[in-house]
Amino acid sequence: MAESRRKPTEAGRSKVRIRVLRYNPDTDKQPAYRDYTVSVEPTDRVLDALNAIKWYQDGSVTYRRSCAHGVCGSDAMRINGVNRLACKVLMRDVGAEVVIEPLMGFRIIKDLVVDMESFFAQYRSVLPYFVNDSRPPERERLQSIEERERFDDTTKCILCAACTTSCPSFWANEEFVGPATIVNAHRFVFDSRDDAAAPRLERLNGREGVWRCRTVFNCTEACPRDIRITQAIGEVKKAIMYGQIA
Amino acid sequence: MIHTHTYDALVVGGGGAGLMSAIYLSRDPSIKTAVISKLYPTRSHTGAAQGGICAALANLEEDHPEWHAFDTVKGSDYLGDQDAIEVMCEEAVDVIIELEHMGLPFSRTPDGKIAQRPFGGHTHHFGQGPVRRSCYAADRTGHMILQTLYQNSIKNGVEFFDEYQVVDVLINQGRCVGVVAYEVSTGDLHVFNAKAVLFSTGGFGRVWSITSNAFANTGDGPAIAFRRGIPLEDMEFYQFHPTGIYKLGILITEGVRGEGGVLRNDLGERFMERYAPTMKDLASRDVVARAINQEIREGRGINGKKYVYLDATHLGKDVIENKLPDIADFCRTYLGVDPVKDPMPIQPTAHYAMGGIPTDMNGRVITDASNTVLEGLYAAGETACVSVHGANRLGTNSLLDLVVFGRRAGLDMARYCLEAEIGPLPENPTADIEATFAALLATTDGEPAARLREELQDVMQDEVGIFREGKGMERARVKIRELQERYAKVVVMDKGTRFNTDLMEAWELGNLLDLAQVTTESAINRTESRGGHMREDYLTRNDAEWLKHTLAYRDARGEIELRYKPVTITKFQPKERVY
Repeated sequence: MAESRRKPTEAGRSKVRIRVLRYNPDTDKQPAYRDYTVSVEPTDRVLDALNAIKWYQDGSVTYRRSCAHGVCGSDAMRINGVNRLACKVLMRDVGAEVVIEPLMGFRIIKDLVVDMESFFAQYRSVLPYFVNDSRPPERERLQSIEERERFDDTTKCILCAACTTSCPSFWANEEFVGPATIVNAHRFVFDSRDDAAAPRLERLNGREGVWRCRTVFNCTEACPRDIRITQAIGEVKKAIMYGQIA
Repeated sequence: MIHTHTYDALVVGGGGAGLMSAIYLSRDPSIKTAVISKLYPTRSHTGAAQGGICAALANLEEDHPEWHAFDTVKGSDYLGDQDAIEVMCEEAVDVIIELEHMGLPFSRTPDGKIAQRPFGGHTHHFGQGPVRRSCYAADRTGHMILQTLYQNSIKNGVEFFDEYQVVDVLINQGRCVGVVAYEVSTGDLHVFNAKAVLFSTGGFGRVWSITSNAFANTGDGPAIAFRRGIPLEDMEFYQFHPTGIYKLGILITEGVRGEGGVLRNDLGERFMERYAPTMKDLASRDVVARAINQEIREGRGINGKKYVYLDATHLGKDVIENKLPDIADFCRTYLGVDPVKDPMPIQPTAHYAMGGIPTDMNGRVITDASNTVLEGLYAAGETACVSVHGANRLGTNSLLDLVVFGRRAGLDMARYCLEAEIGPLPENPTADIEATFAALLATTDGEPAARLREELQDVMQDEVGIFREGKGMERARVKIRELQERYAKVVVMDKGTRFNTDLMEAWELGNLLDLAQVTTESAINRTESRGGHMREDYLTRNDAEWLKHTLAYRDARGEIELRYKPVTITKFQPKERVY
């Protein structure tokens, strides 16, 4: 088995079995698991283990990755059955046998790479941008520390889709806008400088909006940025019912 | 399969510089614009920037663009072009206000203005002491800039080609007429014919083994341009950020030191007091990174190992949780260290290219010392060398560079698109890249690309890193040549057309090899120490011979030819640099 010739940097190197759900629609009838054995250090990321496979054993194993420290949102996948970023999970926390599968609910393009277009289309449907058509002042618009804090949590979203694809309501109905879209609406609805809460809330009050949320909390548990998503969804529901935006 | 498209303007790369230019281009609906990005734009590495973006807003204390300009010139070790630096620091104030008007959620002062904090090398009264100049959104300022620009691109209806890798630039009859892109999901090639093309493809930190940069940062834009005869400027100047997480290289923002964090060696000593008596831990990055490595060399790394501590334990839980939440998360996730209670183990990490594709102040690519413009081609952001960073960039000036010069490039491209006709494509525009890919895919018995990449990164880290000397760089030169020969027999295991990232990684390695070669050749030739280029065999700055920019060209035989270009000096005459 080929592997890197770099010297290990710490003690405690061990062999682990990585089971990857593989699927190439050009050549495979259906997805199937394939096992790989790699040597890892306890502080290696799951992404490092995938790289060890791709770089030295099987270059066709396919996944997205970029920043490798949890801020770009490329490598969301199911790791031992839960949605995680592969670059934010350490090998010492997943055991000697790891099962890696693509996010659920999207078409598989190849292996762990899924088609994100429907996800971004939902995102675009809630006006995910700042709207204020009044003439801006010479300098910045003022906003108090408290007003800024009101939507701080939902500004952290990296659009990785870990929340949406962990949601049973989304699995049951792919037309549901999903938690990530609601998070990105929340970010603007509760921004004191923004003027377009009404059309966003109207969209989220529709058939495929917030009312499909059953408060299961999967999204909150899946979020690699620790956004309190279920709480944010609750705040949007209240804003729709009572017009509370402050 | 080959597809053909026609646009007025193309933006290659969906990070801060690219999106800023696209927003400006999209304001005129008659200009047909597309952004082509190898990643979904929100995955771009602009999003990893943490600490802030400087502008002399003076929201908390007296400040002036002229002070900012002086700091930038001094930070650059006097190699930055002062006309461009003045423009950047003047326009900084306006562009930050513009970002706020676009909705960017900056942190706030008690009176509701944009919050500001100190940052390395940024001073009041021309070096008298630190000044609060860095505008920030907690420690995810880059994330907020990237998100805000992407949001505004959607608002303006910008057209995107996501996960398309640009693999060639088309130059015909002396002007740029488009690009060739590889559609990653299908393996199809796309020829884009256009009037104006912007390269904003980011940096190439993946040349080194310890880096803060993303896997995607392989310098595709500069490598493509270089192979088509465009020079690369000042490539010997590469910045190592002082504080990367030990072994992983993940960035720990300078904002930690801006908020009061300090560096300590194995003796517990705040060693920066010895190296920079006035600015201490907030001296410029080249100074701090060298000091850390000097401590490690002299045996004062923690437990004799290759790291020191960044200590923020005295800042208190509130400051860390509210102003530095992401770095707290990184430390807990990757190190099991809680920065509220324990110091963070850090080492310098390869971070930022001061050099790149030479441009004028409007992003237009120039090809020689007399500033001859290559019509239709633009560059902005880390890809470009204006040069506002000279031999060493100040913290926060990268984000500023990409919004100021992304905007200027977008405006000039719009002007050009309205007056220019579209140029004809060259014959067989995809022939070269098809041959390159065919050769990579044909090899069945050879080495994995990863092995070559690791060997390249290790030799660059050891010999063309923070400390350099002639003999070591000669070893790197020989090694890079060996790797370039071995590269001809790299094996791509995935032979398919669907989402073939194996092929993409092998192609990117070719870019890293070319850029490492230019970096090393430029560094060997510069027999002085300046900013990020520190030579142990030439310890001092030598303005008499070396106050000039490097321009590296590839000649017809594939050899690198070095030429030079004068530095623009306006207000600030070079003097000794002390922090």
